[in-house]
Amino acid sequence: MQILGLILLLLGGGALAALSERLHRNAPRWLALGVIAASTLYLLAIPVGTEEQAAWIPRFGISLILAMDGLSFAMVALTLFLGLIAIVSSWSEIDESPGFFQFNLLWTLAGVVGVFTALDLFLFFVFWEVMLVPMYFLIAIWGHEARAYAAMKFFLFTQISGLLMLFAILTLVYLHYDASGVITFAYADLLDAELDPGYAFLLMLGFFVAFVVKLPGVPFHTWLPDAHTQAPTAGSVILAGILLKTGAYGLLRFVVPLFPEAALEFRWPAMFLGAASVIYGGYLAFSQSDFKRLVAYSSISHMGFVLLGVFAWNTVAVQGAVVQMVAHGFSTAALFMMAGALQQRLHTREMGQMGGLWLKAPRMGAVALFFVIASLGMPGLGNFVGEFMVLIGAFQVDVPLTIAAAIGIIVAAVYALSLMQRSFQGEPNAAVETMPDFGFRELSVMILMMVALVWLGIYPETLLNLSAPVVSGLGVHP
Amino acid sequence: MTALDFQALAPHLTLTGGLMVVLLAVSFWRSHRTAFALTLLSLAAAFIALWPGLGAGPRAVTPLLMLDAYAAFFNGLFILIGAVTALLAHRYLEGRAGSQEEFHVLLLAATLGAMTLASAQHFAALLLGLEILSISLYAMVAYPEEDHPPLEAALKYLVLSGVGSTIMLFGMALIYHATGALGFAELAAFAATGDRADLWLSAGLVLFVIGIAFKLSLVPFHMWTPDVYQGAPAPVTAYLATVSKAAVFAVLLRFAVDAQLLDLSSGAQVSVAMLFAIIAVLSMVIGNVLALLQNSIKRLLAYSSIAHVGYLLIALLVLNALPGQPMAVETALVFLVGYLAMTLAAFAVVSELSSAADGERDQIEEYSGLFWRHPVLASVLTAALLSLAGIPLTAGFIAKFYLFAAGVDGELWGLLWAMVVGSAISIYYYLKIVFAMTVRGADAPAIPASFAGVATAAVLGVVVLAIGIYPTPLIGLASDIAQGLRLTP
Repeated sequence: MQILGLILLLLGGGALAALSERLHRNAPRWLALGVIAASTLYLLAIPVGTEEQAAWIPRFGISLILAMDGLSFAMVALTLFLGLIAIVSSWSEIDESPGFFQFNLLWTLAGVVGVFTALDLFLFFVFWEVMLVPMYFLIAIWGHEARAYAAMKFFLFTQISGLLMLFAILTLVYLHYDASGVITFAYADLLDAELDPGYAFLLMLGFFVAFVVKLPGVPFHTWLPDAHTQAPTAGSVILAGILLKTGAYGLLRFVVPLFPEAALEFRWPAMFLGAASVIYGGYLAFSQSDFKRLVAYSSISHMGFVLLGVFAWNTVAVQGAVVQMVAHGFSTAALFMMAGALQQRLHTREMGQMGGLWLKAPRMGAVALFFVIASLGMPGLGNFVGEFMVLIGAFQVDVPLTIAAAIGIIVAAVYALSLMQRSFQGEPNAAVETMPDFGFRELSVMILMMVALVWLGIYPETLLNLSAPVVSGLGVHP
Repeated sequence: MTALDFQALAPHLTLTGGLMVVLLAVSFWRSHRTAFALTLLSLAAAFIALWPGLGAGPRAVTPLLMLDAYAAFFNGLFILIGAVTALLAHRYLEGRAGSQEEFHVLLLAATLGAMTLASAQHFAALLLGLEILSISLYAMVAYPEEDHPPLEAALKYLVLSGVGSTIMLFGMALIYHATGALGFAELAAFAATGDRADLWLSAGLVLFVIGIAFKLSLVPFHMWTPDVYQGAPAPVTAYLATVSKAAVFAVLLRFAVDAQLLDLSSGAQVSVAMLFAIIAVLSMVIGNVLALLQNSIKRLLAYSSIAHVGYLLIALLVLNALPGQPMAVETALVFLVGYLAMTLAAFAVVSELSSAADGERDQIEEYSGLFWRHPVLASVLTAALLSLAGIPLTAGFIAKFYLFAAGVDGELWGLLWAMVVGSAISIYYYLKIVFAMTVRGADAPAIPASFAGVATAAVLGVVVLAIGIYPTPLIGLASDIAQGLRLTP
């Protein structure tokens, strides 16, 4: 029960963090940091390929099946890393009830780790929903001015699409039971379910909607700018860095393998939505005046590539989607952290009230430039590898859509550079007299993320080798 | 009546004995604390008596009552809820000017009525149990008699519940006219051989269903519910929303199984199954939509309970779709336990924030910042509301999951879609309360909660989560009981 142990470690650590607030105001922060460190060591001790199983609700054939293959390992490692970033970035931002804050943070992470490792559809759904509740509290309690609206919208979108998925899961299990006489929620068994094509298509849509809402793809993206903008920095880091990936992971792990024919039939619309997200997300990002909102819309654009790659469903494209997931996790988390740092210093997210900040805080400027460049897809950094591979793979499937998505990279350059110009370059804003630069705490985590992105850009094999056996095991086309 | 009959009746007899003791004690020596302690003792004794009662085996005592595991299951639940209500009411009534003792007598009587309903297998026992329960409840609702809202609520409840009973009684009379039978099993025998197309029978069944719908506050017979829930003292609302619903549903389900209600009507002029399906969809949709508009938590929970009983009817219709299979009964039992636990937990928190002396605290703005003022009560209410919304790892999720599974099994797609839509709507209003509790810097009226009340609420919150995390024991129990009923295909 090693993987379950990891989840319980995060849950237990969260509970302790909540209680430790009585001892000292800083205790929850250090404790949360310790829990993340311990979880990371623990994760490294779990061999890739571990699978564990225990009975849970035998009446419906529901078991606790958790597995750690290369893909899960990469996603869990990303989760813990960004969890660390989130804790560090909220260090001085969260002053009210730090104990309950760290509790919610660690419980969200526990839910996400569960989502990335569960191989029982019921268990997966439980984790899928459970990660929402603490995330809701993060936005609702520590969010910015319009948090009530944003938190509610976030919850409703994910919850309602989750209900569709639950309906699809149960129908899938029932159809499998009808055909085989065995009632089971195990992923491995349901992969073999023989379905009537009409049913399979509807069920596939149920899963697809739930995951694309989370991804988010156009036209289900409207919750994202609100939630990301209103969440506290740590919340945005977790949301953009990890929670969006659960949607991508779901498409990759569940939608296509469970319903291969239906997914193939749905390939063009799905890839179209992917390409549309790339361009429309980029277009909307360009028109924002709010630093954080711009980054939020850029996420829609970047995740469009993942949708495109997954539905192109050949090795190159799917591997590219995996790289894109990880690289986007780093680059966007860093940009959200930058937005949080700016808001803490300037008490605004409006770029109209920034300008020429490089002069006042050169370290922040340099860091921002690095991640802006990464975000627009500069060769040598992780995002480029991901987008490039997705485009190569998608080109073999559908040329017009690939060309459209490639244009999206130009759009990315436009909004990313305008972000840089409007905030850090240009005429210094007279209203901003001084601004403290990054200190050791912030700079060190930023450097960590830079190293990760450069590594991913120069030697993506580390990640590709990890995910290659999984991707081929999912039955992608060569 | 043999010795074994008395043994089977042990829980009922024990509770009746306890009722007498409390009544006499209250007449001679007025002390709230004594009445309260004796009430808890009587309930505990009745709970223990469930085991000797079960030892007598499934046993029909007179043609009226059937004492089997099914009855014992509900009796146990009703006794426990009675104890919770007593615990909540004790502190709630403390500051009141008038006397408090008689409340406990009424509570025991109402519980006895509910237990009679759960064991009824004859129209006479059904009516007897229903009236013992309802008449006690009228007085319980009106207990703070110097205040206007409880009196208004009690009057509304008296009149509309009375109308419901009358309609049901008339329905029974017509069914008797058509079939010559009053016992559930005899009705089943008629269903097998008699003339089911008889117009009187159809009319009787429809009237009976309407009477039941009044008692279960199903749309369109729900109008009394929000007013009564709001006006009644919070502990009584808790009791009303749980025991009186579950008891009526228990007897309805037994009637449906034993008398083959849905089968009885299959050749009739009106399909009872169709009637229930329409009522269920209306309740789910209208209950949830109207709950959106409420500012009072008690009214909001009233509408949400309307919707939940609507969901529960799916279990009844599964009985029709999958004849002879225990799935429907099992689903109903699991759903009811989940519903009772989360509803009681929610009302326990409302009750702990209110008191007879200072009045009800049920406006949503009065819950602002509860997380920072009283984290335990706020956590319990959050757990209860998330459970009502059907979030995983809570009892409410298991309950809805069961209904879903049973509904998919019975291929009741239309009802399931109504449930999906209803659940989707409901998330909004439950979260509205959760959000209010997280707001900071709200004005803080003092919280009158007592230690016993908070502990009760906390236990209920833990039960809600425990059922959600590990439902296997509950499922096993429900499955055994469902297998034990006489299901005939």
